[in-house]
Amino acid sequence: MFLALRDLRFARGRFALMGAVVALIAVLGVLLSGLASGLADAGISGLRALPVTHMAFDETATSEQFSRSTVERKDWQAWSKAPGVKRAEPFGNTLANARVTRGAEKGEQVNLAVFGMAPDSPLAPRPTEGKGLHDGGAGIVITREIADLGVGVGDVLTADRSEVPLKVVGVLDEKVSYGHIGIVYTDLDTWRHLHYGLPGELPEAAREQATAVALTLADGADVAAVEKATGTRADSKETTYGASPGYTAESSTMALIKGFLYAISALVVGAFFTVWTVQRKAEIALLKALGAPTAYILRDALAQVLAVLLGATAVGTAAGLALGSAMIGKAPFSLSAPAIATSAGLLVGLGIVGAVVAVRRITAVDPLTALGATR
Amino acid sequence: MTTTSTRHGAASDAAGTGGLRLLDVSLTLGDGEAAVTALDHVALDVTPGEFVAVVGPSGSGKSSLLAVAGGLQRPTSGQVHLAGTELTALSDKERTAARRRHIGFVFQQSNLLASLTVREQLLLPLHIDGRLDAAARARAEELLEAVGLSHRRGHRPHQLSGGERQRAGLARALMTSPAVLLVDEPTSALDRVRSAEAVRLIAEQTHAHGTATVMVTHDTAIMDAADRVHEMVDGRLS
Repeated sequence: MFLALRDLRFARGRFALMGAVVALIAVLGVLLSGLASGLADAGISGLRALPVTHMAFDETATSEQFSRSTVERKDWQAWSKAPGVKRAEPFGNTLANARVTRGAEKGEQVNLAVFGMAPDSPLAPRPTEGKGLHDGGAGIVITREIADLGVGVGDVLTADRSEVPLKVVGVLDEKVSYGHIGIVYTDLDTWRHLHYGLPGELPEAAREQATAVALTLADGADVAAVEKATGTRADSKETTYGASPGYTAESSTMALIKGFLYAISALVVGAFFTVWTVQRKAEIALLKALGAPTAYILRDALAQVLAVLLGATAVGTAAGLALGSAMIGKAPFSLSAPAIATSAGLLVGLGIVGAVVAVRRITAVDPLTALGATR
Repeated sequence: MTTTSTRHGAASDAAGTGGLRLLDVSLTLGDGEAAVTALDHVALDVTPGEFVAVVGPSGSGKSSLLAVAGGLQRPTSGQVHLAGTELTALSDKERTAARRRHIGFVFQQSNLLASLTVREQLLLPLHIDGRLDAAARARAEELLEAVGLSHRRGHRPHQLSGGERQRAGLARALMTSPAVLLVDEPTSALDRVRSAEAVRLIAEQTHAHGTATVMVTHDTAIMDAADRVHEMVDGRLS
């Protein structure tokens, strides 16, 4: 670092400009990571919170299974008897609109992501206020997003069209959502009223149906036989995230933007150090003529690259964290340490790759050129 | 036969005392039709403490002589002996190490690193060799004093005059106590008075440190300070 540090100081203007580009990209990296985690939370935090390992869908539903799949009683019964299956139970999922018909916010329209389950199942929520599905009577447990609208225990919502009344029995003070909509938990029959838009008595056929079979499988359970017998397909919980509306598009868009960002950063760093190395050619020739091994010069140059990248990324990440903290609550944004560490690591790593390609030119410089033009 | 044995005797003398000896060195640049003979059977002996000037017009092969003597370029044929080792028999890596330890170069104008102070220019060769210690720092101060740059030790090249840069380059070349000092056109950026001073300083330092010094120049006005003058024409040394 004898020369690298002195060059950094001497050409600080140029290095500061390049460092600023890397720092700004690091800021963007943090913000995008935060936005990606925030969007993921808004999209699938409700699914993530379910204590299951897999979901079995109708095998004919190949995309957006939560809105297209229907399973029947014999399916979840077959699943619960299959080897390697610790627990299997019906799970209902639908999106619904309702309005507040009793309570302080009377007349308010609300969007609901309805999760239906047996009231005594482990899938059912443990409310922080009011009662649960099993002891509160027929009704719904709302989550924070809907509670924040001013809806509380004892209020009644009425579903659009079917006019099914939904009494709020409990509130779970957590932000859990599905497809950017706050979740309400309810029993399967209420879910069926909402799903099929049917008021009054449910037809017998509807009582036999759910969206999917929620499964807890033992490690390495072989479920091919029961899949075949029931005409269903078990997806891991993580795979089901892709079945929620918009999730795949959102996360691939974010990944694409981030990918481009890192590529741009690597190119900027590579281009800068290419120009820098070319500019330094006469000095490199001189160093070699003085007897500096190529390894000495390369080590020096790479130490400089690393110092610039680490410094700029650290500054940028800190600024991004400050900016991101201010965004929490105002946008779908959440900060996760592993995501930010990955983002910073990629920025440094790919920057090094770009710079290595650039400083490789050092090996090709001929010390003979130090002798000047009179040869 | 007699001539040959005398030559060998001289070679071992030069080697034993750490001087420079070029033995029948030729260098051809380019191939085929475009081939140019830069050095044509050159023989040269420089003993420690001796200051040899090589003069000739540009294109006569003077710089090729320095390149070969300094281990920057392998001759097409012939041998270069330096400080007891045959430079021409070394691998590239060993030649680089020999340059670092036994050869001091004083280049033309652009011979300093822009970001280093004068003092740091002197310390650099020892940092490269992993020998940057208190003794090295003390030697840097001595050499700065010797070339009259003590008051400029904290300045960077762009703050120095041409003559000061040349003196800094000379001091740097002497930092490793080289056996051989090779000087390339030291006066090309200097006026007449400064040129004379620069060359006198080189002569002085050559005698003081016992280096075998070769200076190439096209400036015939500065030859007086040399112990011996050779003329170079079309790659041949007289």
